Amino acid sequence: MATITTDGVRHVANLARLEFNDEETQHFTEQLARILDYIGKLNELETDAVPPTSHIHPLQNVTKPDVVKSSYPREEVLANAPEAEAGYFGVPRVIDTAN
Amino acid sequence: MEKYETVIGLEIHAELCTESKLFCHCAYIFGALANDCTCPVCLGMPGTLPVINKRALEFAIRAGLAIGCEITVDSKFDRKNYFYPDLPKNYQISQYDLPLCKNGQVTFEFEGERRTVALRRIHLEEDAGKSVHAEVTGDATRSFMDFNRAGVPLLEIVSEPELHSPEEAIAYCRAVKEILEYIGVSDCNMEEGSLRCEPNISLRPRGSQELGTRTEIKNKNSFQELIDAMEYEVKRQTRILDAGGEVVQETLLFDAATGRTVAMRGKEEADDYRYFPEPDLVHVQIDAEWIEEIQLTLPELPAARRKRFITDYGISPENAEFLTGTRQLAEFFDEAAQLSGEPTACANWIMGDLMRLLNTADSDIHESNVTPAHLNELIQLIDNATISGKIAKSVLDDVFETGKMPKQIVAEKGLAQITDTSEIETIVLQVVEEHPGPAQDYRDGTKKAIGFLVGQVMRATRGKANPQLVNQILTQVLSTE
Repeated sequence: MATITTDGVRHVANLARLEFNDEETQHFTEQLARILDYIGKLNELETDAVPPTSHIHPLQNVTKPDVVKSSYPREEVLANAPEAEAGYFGVPRVIDTAN
Repeated sequence: MEKYETVIGLEIHAELCTESKLFCHCAYIFGALANDCTCPVCLGMPGTLPVINKRALEFAIRAGLAIGCEITVDSKFDRKNYFYPDLPKNYQISQYDLPLCKNGQVTFEFEGERRTVALRRIHLEEDAGKSVHAEVTGDATRSFMDFNRAGVPLLEIVSEPELHSPEEAIAYCRAVKEILEYIGVSDCNMEEGSLRCEPNISLRPRGSQELGTRTEIKNKNSFQELIDAMEYEVKRQTRILDAGGEVVQETLLFDAATGRTVAMRGKEEADDYRYFPEPDLVHVQIDAEWIEEIQLTLPELPAARRKRFITDYGISPENAEFLTGTRQLAEFFDEAAQLSGEPTACANWIMGDLMRLLNTADSDIHESNVTPAHLNELIQLIDNATISGKIAKSVLDDVFETGKMPKQIVAEKGLAQITDTSEIETIVLQVVEEHPGPAQDYRDGTKKAIGFLVGQVMRATRGKANPQLVNQILTQVLSTE
């Protein structure tokens, strides 16, 4: 059974853009380890004869025709944006060359 | 010989020219006002659901078939999770382990040789939005997002690392671009960002089979930038290896202004993207009939067409290359060659005078007044000696201007060649009389003096006399007198 380390938690937290202090990291490491253990029970099942499932609906090929319909007016699109300027959504500055 | 062997693989992203986006009904219009081509689906609003654009699937299969891929019968979409402000949902709907197309190959000419590069896969995914920086408001603390491009269908075409120089990588890119344009799935307009290339580059000691550590260069959208970036990166890695150092696996940005690559971010591993099957979309099952239907609509591809022009029409490889430069040009030539039965004459007219006219007018062959039928008629008029090649040029100018048929122009302007021997003889005698000097020179053995006299006859007839006939009659007149 895979175990999770505090480094693993830090790495995942970083990917999810979450910031934890040491105490929280420790706390979540223990909790996540218990969750993984619990989920790990599934490994006890014999699944060799079960085809992999990626969707629970017995549906396939739901498609739409390539037809254009009006987009939304941009005033409406931007109405709920916390920040908008000159028709754009505003966000904290993105630095492409970070780290 | 260089100490290291360069190994390059390429990811090409091509926007598909569907009418609407991949998962919603918005059209993407290049150059539209920011966020004018968006809706709750492509903005990733909570509660919205994507539905796959059938045409996008068709285009992906079309591209796969053209590149000789296997089409994945049972395919699906996956979520690729990462945070970047140009990605409205914080994940991109892409394909992970079941791409629509696998294992193709692209064949192209490079330095006079035929090269074949294996393709790993082609998959379908959605494009991200575009970020603009301080240029919008002058506010350097903020970035600004335009989501018009978000959700546009994108093909990702991944080659095996089998290219061995920046130049070869470019030749490969051009071949892929040509195929995509030919089969009509992408306009491949690099300036507008509908075709973007990301090379990954590594070096290894010559003779080694193992791959070295690679770096990836982000989104290049001109061949010139692409080649500059790759050349710089090969030099940079050579310096590192020469000094006994190790190349770090990372993603680089190429700064066209300084001509250098700079580190962008440590490359995220596939695991970091936490791919999982997209729960909002159901499986895609491609049936054999549909594949066959798409196969039947594929046009002849450039490489096959080039070969046919060379073997069936006797066109030189260089000219065949030129004439297959775009699908429209190739189809124009093909039709004209078939109509007239004179491929060489067609090639000469197209590559010479027609190209000159098109370049001057800065227009494309399919927009021009000149059609294969016009060219055919023009060639027939020369063949049956109604007009000379020289007059034909001016007729073509008129066709280009007006779209009238050559016969009509010849009739309206009275350009038909004078083939009446007695009429020409009268003029010849007159010219010889007016120019006794050159006539005497000819008789005295300076044979080239006849050129001047032919010129004078042509002038007197405003180019309408048949030059062969003039020559013949002149020779006769001069030798009998």
